[in-house]
Amino acid sequence: MNMNVIEASGLGKRYGSTWALRECTLAIPAGHVAALVGPNGAGKTTLLNLAVGLAEPTAGAVTVLGGKPAGCPAALDGIAFVAQDTPLYQNLPAAAMLHLTRNLNRRFDQSYAQARLGELGIPLNRKAGRLSGGQQAQLALTLALARRPRLLVLDEPVAMLDPLARHDFMATVLAAAADDGVSVLLSSHVLAELERVADYLILLSRGRVQVAGEVDGLLASHRMLTGPAAEADRYADRPVVHVRRGAAQAHLLVRASADDPVPPGWEAHPVGLEELTLAYLREPGAAALPGPARGRNTQPSEVIR
Amino acid sequence: MTTLTTPTRPGHDARLRPVPWQRMAWVTWRQHRAALAGVAVFLGAVAVYLWLTGLRMHHAEAAYCHPASSIACAINFTGKYGETVIIVSIALQAVPALIGAFIGAPVLARELETGTFRYAWTQGIGRLRWTVGKLVLLAVTVTAAAGALTVLFAWYNQPWAAAGYVTPFSPRVFDLLGVAFAAWALAAFAIGALAGMVIRRAVPAIAATLAAYAGLAFATGLWLREHYITPLATSSPNPPGSASVISGWYTKGGTFAFGDHSTAIVNTVRQLCRAAGGRVRHGPHVLQQVFNVPQCLARHGYTRWASYQPGSRFWPFQWIEGGWLLALSVLLLAATVWLVRRRAA
Repeated sequence: MNMNVIEASGLGKRYGSTWALRECTLAIPAGHVAALVGPNGAGKTTLLNLAVGLAEPTAGAVTVLGGKPAGCPAALDGIAFVAQDTPLYQNLPAAAMLHLTRNLNRRFDQSYAQARLGELGIPLNRKAGRLSGGQQAQLALTLALARRPRLLVLDEPVAMLDPLARHDFMATVLAAAADDGVSVLLSSHVLAELERVADYLILLSRGRVQVAGEVDGLLASHRMLTGPAAEADRYADRPVVHVRRGAAQAHLLVRASADDPVPPGWEAHPVGLEELTLAYLREPGAAALPGPARGRNTQPSEVIR
Repeated sequence: MTTLTTPTRPGHDARLRPVPWQRMAWVTWRQHRAALAGVAVFLGAVAVYLWLTGLRMHHAEAAYCHPASSIACAINFTGKYGETVIIVSIALQAVPALIGAFIGAPVLARELETGTFRYAWTQGIGRLRWTVGKLVLLAVTVTAAAGALTVLFAWYNQPWAAAGYVTPFSPRVFDLLGVAFAAWALAAFAIGALAGMVIRRAVPAIAATLAAYAGLAFATGLWLREHYITPLATSSPNPPGSASVISGWYTKGGTFAFGDHSTAIVNTVRQLCRAAGGRVRHGPHVLQQVFNVPQCLARHGYTRWASYQPGSRFWPFQWIEGGWLLALSVLLLAATVWLVRRRAA
């Protein structure tokens, strides 16, 4: 499906005198599990709120599901959002939450929702407020998926969960993405988790998009060079993203493909997503962004340093 | 994206059929049934009390108060129930305030406080339908409940009104009768809903609702209501029994001399009637006891005037009060919906 689930151009949001998000231009193609990462205060939640129509942009525009204005009826219908800390009505039993969500939406797959809560061992008559954190998150996710959305947006879904609950939660998300073709956009602090689930990465920093692209493409176009620390500066003219110096050796994360020549005395290694993300997080000035044909060419085509 | 590319999902085209309004009935009921039940139990208890006391009052009035001047009536009716009826009518003034505080204020404040608006406002129904559906349903419910209580109170108050113990304009009963009580309940609900949306936290919103409601109700009773229609003026010493006297003043030779409670009246009476009366002490009330002020002034060519609202204006006044409260409520609820639409998360 050649469509962007989210497309933003010059998108900005200001709260009072502070810009939570600025000049954000990005396109996330459909069919991905996209991870939105960035330090605290980078604007992740703001971007998600704008995309689901909870907030209005101060500048620019954001469209969803192939050009629909965020927050319009068709957009609300096709997007399910699970907010941070998975807000539920604490005094309502799980069954009432299902019934509530069914009444508030055009589609609701009641049998799917009941079956899933059964599998998870979440009693239907237990009040949401009396469920564990992991169960509350699973209930919120079940409500979202039973709406049969085309895009699932999750804001820090696993931040409060223990490792087991986190694993189960992400397994459900991945199953929905794989089986039903749901596009997923999730923000997360938990970098280790992303390696397993995400195939598209958006890195926000200080309210701007720093890195955006398919994970495979990003990993294929970056290498970790290891060599003598004394020679580290010789490569300043190369597209070096981040330098980590040890006593004897320096580690350079550079933009280079596997067949690029390696200087004598240096070794090249492939990088992992976590390593790549950390390098960019440490260098807010560096960027890897797709070219002008937004959404189609998702290969990073340019490096700014 | 067009319908052609996704024929199996016709719901995603531009002519999306919205989620029906009726669905909000269940949602509203399920989310607010505890608060509504609380109010229903409270109003039910009030109604049962009014009914039981009212029955005994009606019986006492029928048995002892024909004629009303009898001592038996004074003992068994006015003496026995006079205080109760005053306390009850004052206590009932609080009912709209409680409706505003405990039904109106939490509707949006609790969603904003607990973060559940992020759930509610991202569902397919959309936040506009969600808000309008909830507010309209709850507003109609509380207005109808208050209207039902009014009918009961009118019956409860009837022996007193009939015997002229309380004019229907009395600030104590005017807003419990006719359409005013229901209108005040609606206005209190609207004040609460808007306060909740603006303040975004339930407890401060409840406090603000109580304060705003009390301020509005007092201001209306003390200053606003008597001006709905220009009062009539009379120089007759006895205005009609059902009338509500607003103020009095004196004229001499056709021009205004002084008002009932002015200091000029004290000085004038002192000068004119010193010889006739005894010792003069300060203050108009003391003066009243020492001299017969109207008699003194009448002897010296002053005419006393009174402005009043005749009893026949009760229903026009009810419609005026109900009308502006309805307009205010619609305005406040519209403002609330507007704030919900534009609120940035």
